[in-house]
Amino acid sequence: MAALSIVRPGMLTTVQDRGRWGYQSSGVPVSGALDWFSHRLANRLLGNDAGAATLEVTLMGPQLRFERESAFAVAGAEFRLTLDDTSVQMNERVEARAGSLLKFGERLHGARAYIAVDGGIDVPEVLGSRSTHVLTGMGGYQGRALRTGDVIELGEKRSGGFFTHAREITSRPLFLPHGTLRIIAVDQRLTEYLTVGRFQISPRSDRMGYRLEGTASPAAATGELISTAVPTGAIQVPPSGEPILLMNDHATTGGYAIAAVVITADLPLAGQLAPGDRVEFEACSLETAGEALQQMEVVLGAS
Amino acid sequence: MTPGQVVALGDSCLAIRFEATIDPAVNARCVALAWSLEHLAMRGVRDVVPTYSAVTIHFDPRVTDCEALRTKVDALASVPVAASAIDTRLIEVPVRYGGECGPDLAAVAAFGRCTEAEVVGLHTAAPYRVFMLGFLPGFAYMGPVDARIAMPRLETPRLKVAAGSVGIAGAQTGIYPCETPGGWRIIGRTALSLFDATRSEPFLLRAGDRVKFVAV
Repeated sequence: MAALSIVRPGMLTTVQDRGRWGYQSSGVPVSGALDWFSHRLANRLLGNDAGAATLEVTLMGPQLRFERESAFAVAGAEFRLTLDDTSVQMNERVEARAGSLLKFGERLHGARAYIAVDGGIDVPEVLGSRSTHVLTGMGGYQGRALRTGDVIELGEKRSGGFFTHAREITSRPLFLPHGTLRIIAVDQRLTEYLTVGRFQISPRSDRMGYRLEGTASPAAATGELISTAVPTGAIQVPPSGEPILLMNDHATTGGYAIAAVVITADLPLAGQLAPGDRVEFEACSLETAGEALQQMEVVLGAS
Repeated sequence: MTPGQVVALGDSCLAIRFEATIDPAVNARCVALAWSLEHLAMRGVRDVVPTYSAVTIHFDPRVTDCEALRTKVDALASVPVAASAIDTRLIEVPVRYGGECGPDLAAVAAFGRCTEAEVVGLHTAAPYRVFMLGFLPGFAYMGPVDARIAMPRLETPRLKVAAGSVGIAGAQTGIYPCETPGGWRIIGRTALSLFDATRSEPFLLRAGDRVKFVAV
């Protein structure tokens, strides 16, 4: 049941869900929505399962045609949106008629938006997930970003159990071209360097990782170490002195020193940073990390 | 052996680090600990990853936390599973060495001051240990490679390495599961598929396995 046609793909639009967990011991990257909060919010607005797949839009949005009547919601980075040339809001459920054209216009804030559709994006699961990992061609729509002319299927429509809109969500993160990410220290000396340094997101940044330009790391910080497994949000410091913030598509293992790790609650904010944006780091405790995550779960009405 | 050092890597990841060395005994301990942790099937645990000298637990911080997991890890540490209790497999990997399949075989022979046949002899002599998987789905880091043929990786990686290529990088040997850029010295190629998501066992290898290369 083909239901969504890609009229223009945008810069990088991929199918993502909560990620491909359970196979990192076999070298399979997790991938999944960079801004997990907005991905879940978009699904929540439609009453979809939290694990339903959405489309992750990057910097420049797509144009999509609904081939069947469907509800949708867009959350995350703020774009001007039109449905058949009529302005529509983000963060709320919108009904599209069969044949309707959804256009992304100007991007106002943030880097990534999530398009959820009633019933979710239906591509085959690979190792338990629909997320796209472009580098290895795994999952998503034929293992790649969407292109003009692609036609994707939607899952079974859901009924009920949704928020009608999310205006009351006052604690929704506000995405600006700068941000403070809270980190848990792993190496004290390198964490201090991160917290006093000034950085911006390099153009050589993607879903695998962000290179951080700015204050160079302390001299002879670290060489290459024996490879170990690394989590998303880890900030590695290679001998070049330019830190790398690992994002969801990163390889499962790495051989550089880990300075610190961004807390789960602030990964959505990291996902909303674009090349050229400024970023600062603030050390925090595991308790603070837990409280911050709890607050976000309350907003999403976790069940 | 010294006990593992437990380190929180953020709020959703915990590492148990042993001596930072590439040593089969240390790695066997990691594989055994990962095996025990997997079999506890703890709520909220998403991945348990053994590597050369560490075990890393990725977890959902909405469900569990570092403290709860640390308690489990400490309990396991007091009753360690013998590495011998782990079911390790011996897997034969047929390889066509040299020629188009192994463009760096001659260079490795020159490095080792021996013939190409001797390189093949040394590479197929004894089973290697699979220390860990990483880099790409199904990519196994194996070793140790005989010092005579332990040639360092290329200074400039190739833009394209064929799927199934068998390479050497210092004391490590590995097989590329898919076509990709890569810097290892390619000496041969296998027709075996390292990774196929549609198989009931998608991955040919896992940490702790032994791999015997066989020239064909």
